[in-house]
Amino acid sequence: MSTDLEMEEILKVFLQECAEGLQAMETGLLNLSARADRDTIDAIFRAAHSIKGGAGMFGFMEISQFTHAVETLLDQMRNGARVVTQDAVQVLFQSVDVMREMMELAEARQPIVSLHADAVTSILTQMLSGEAQAEAAVDLHTGAGTAQSGTAQVTAGISPPAGPCASGWRIEFRPHANLFKTCNDPLRIFNELETLGPVQAIAAIEQVPPLAVMDPTLCYLAWSLTVNGSLLQTQLAEVFDWVDADSAIDYQRLADRTGLEPDVHPVDDEPSLRPPARLAGVPVASAPASSPPGRAVTVRDAPAAAAPPTAARASADAGSIRVATEKVDALINLVGELVITQAMLGRFSEHYDPENLESLRRGLAHLTRNTRDLQESVLKIRMLPISFSFNRFPRLVHELSRKLGKKVELRLNGENTELDKIVLEKIGDPLVHLVRNSLDHGLETPADRLAAGKSDTGLLELNAFHEGGSVIIEVKDDGAGLNTARILAKARERGLLESDVTPTNEQIYNLIFAPGFSTADTVSDVSGRGVGMDVVRRNINDLGGHVQISSAAGLGSTIRIRLPLTLAILEGQMLRVGPETYVISLVSIIETVQPRQAHVQSISGRAEVFKHRDEYLPIVRLHELFGIVPDHREASKGLLVVAESDGKRVAILVDELLAQQQVVIKSLDTNFKQVPGLAGATIHGDGRVALILDVPGLIGRFLDGASPHVDCAA
Amino acid sequence: MTARILAVDDSASMRQMVSFTLRHAGYEVVEAVDGEEALEYARDNVVDLVLTDVNMPKMDGITLVRELRRLESYRYVPLLMLTTEAGPEKKMEGRKAGATGWLVKPFNPDKLLATIAKVL
Repeated sequence: MSTDLEMEEILKVFLQECAEGLQAMETGLLNLSARADRDTIDAIFRAAHSIKGGAGMFGFMEISQFTHAVETLLDQMRNGARVVTQDAVQVLFQSVDVMREMMELAEARQPIVSLHADAVTSILTQMLSGEAQAEAAVDLHTGAGTAQSGTAQVTAGISPPAGPCASGWRIEFRPHANLFKTCNDPLRIFNELETLGPVQAIAAIEQVPPLAVMDPTLCYLAWSLTVNGSLLQTQLAEVFDWVDADSAIDYQRLADRTGLEPDVHPVDDEPSLRPPARLAGVPVASAPASSPPGRAVTVRDAPAAAAPPTAARASADAGSIRVATEKVDALINLVGELVITQAMLGRFSEHYDPENLESLRRGLAHLTRNTRDLQESVLKIRMLPISFSFNRFPRLVHELSRKLGKKVELRLNGENTELDKIVLEKIGDPLVHLVRNSLDHGLETPADRLAAGKSDTGLLELNAFHEGGSVIIEVKDDGAGLNTARILAKARERGLLESDVTPTNEQIYNLIFAPGFSTADTVSDVSGRGVGMDVVRRNINDLGGHVQISSAAGLGSTIRIRLPLTLAILEGQMLRVGPETYVISLVSIIETVQPRQAHVQSISGRAEVFKHRDEYLPIVRLHELFGIVPDHREASKGLLVVAESDGKRVAILVDELLAQQQVVIKSLDTNFKQVPGLAGATIHGDGRVALILDVPGLIGRFLDGASPHVDCAA
Repeated sequence: MTARILAVDDSASMRQMVSFTLRHAGYEVVEAVDGEEALEYARDNVVDLVLTDVNMPKMDGITLVRELRRLESYRYVPLLMLTTEAGPEKKMEGRKAGATGWLVKPFNPDKLLATIAKVL
């Protein structure tokens, strides 16, 4: 792998980690607003800390700088220097939002300019500096900002002339006896010092004890060093950075190249009694800042250069998945078995003998099993737990319920239910919408709830589980339930329903999916704009799923979303029309009937309908649609497949029903172009292509009055 | 013989970045996700240098350094800490635990290599 690609990979890992870190911060903050405990604050702090450090490493200075203030605030909470207030938690929530926004910009290779960053930063700064009591505490603890300014003063105090000393320095270095125990080698330090200029070292051996009592692990030596050159004290301090706190180090300017300063401190000073040593240690904090300018630039440039922007990056990222190692191991295992089976089968082709037929069959059975297992495992790679989608809800519910003045308990069940990544990504927004709706319209205010004899806290449940070959997601509340009378009135007012029709409850519930429908009296932030439920249903249908509502007045409502496990494989029914084979999704078939002539009626000359259990269904003639010659043109001689989508049904005329089987969906869009009435294609065992019918599309065409003829014959 | 370095960090990206840089410079790198894992590895294997983050779950870097120094085989192994610019008291704490030195985050690969070269 090339260096750049490898860096890209690391960067991806970093961005992924940041997303997880932000999630952890958010979860922590939610807990924090309920109860402030040390562990929670620690976790939040650690997440912020890692993001800050990483962002700096990868050259995202804006993120690093912004997060610094957040980290400082958290550090104060962690040290007990700051009380955890709701305001502070709120600001931290906002900070998480800003950080997330910045991360997204960074990921998309956009300039990292967050519109809210300045506002949030100023609140943070105000919090950090405004409260005197807090600040006093900070000084004592760690407050990075104050420590920095303190450092500057100390430095100035030690060496009043701040400029470099032209001739050089004399350094009295009396290390702590335990110097070796931290694995610091004086020779290493002297070598490093030599990179700055010529060094002369004189060892003081007075302290070395007789051999008999000498402990070889201790350092008994002290040195008097001179280094020549025009150097800043901070350059020297950087060399002694790792040892300066325990050791006595004294820096003196050389008057000239050879002479010694007259006021040299006596070498035998007791190290612990020498204040300059401790003070001299302090400038270390500011040492990196004072390194030569050229160096400061490289710090910024290097990560950027190591990870050059590429145009393809953003899209590549969107398509990447993080896969658990076990899943990959399972795959490798299966591929191994496949190779063994192949070797076994390969043998037969070399020495073919009819006697081996039984073994050949066995081998093929192996192959079938391997292939199926492999298929399952590969599909599992795309599967992610639904918690990826669910974990945004605690915060959403927390904030919305506050805004709406409602008390809500959120329960998440089945967060580990796995779903195809694409399905998961596309279901997020519809779910948010449904949850908002439940909070806004479904759950009542505490007062109303008490009046209705319920607990003042509403219950909102998000459930996910498997049922058959599908995943079910439920958004369930114990609120007031759908107000059928109000929905009905609104629908009539909007002309969505004839005034003389009396719909069933189910039909009434379905009205809320009509475009532009809203029963909210006022438009709020939360809902009531009337955009959404139609979009929600469309998105879910696009995923091959469907929505169902059940509701009971006073008890609450449940919205049930059924989704396919994956979009890559379809449980299909094969159909034949003339010489062509088509595939139709098995779940959309209600039943298949051989119609009686009497039940097929023609309206206004052309369109035909089929009377199916008191319901008239339009007949879709696939042969007309696709311009092929069928076995039978009369409906009564063929078969009618009753197919449903969104509660609407049509009867599709076919010649024959073939096998049911799982088919792998190949996109027509990517291989050819989108064709109305077709959802994709699949390839048969014999290599022929079968087209997959787009049932919702067909139904839409036939019921919404569009021409039943497709211009483009496939 | 190539020097073997134990890189300890709970952040995968940081760990990968460090080990990527070191491997390219010809070092052998062993990774650990926290102090506990690092210590476990160190009990059975000796490395030439340990580079550890400070803030980590389970066992932090300072505890790791303290524990490593207690091991006979790690008495004279350089132990470096990766710290953020936070105040000097973290460094003091690290030094008391027996850390050889530290590297202030964020750092670039050159700085990392220069620092490693100082002690190896």
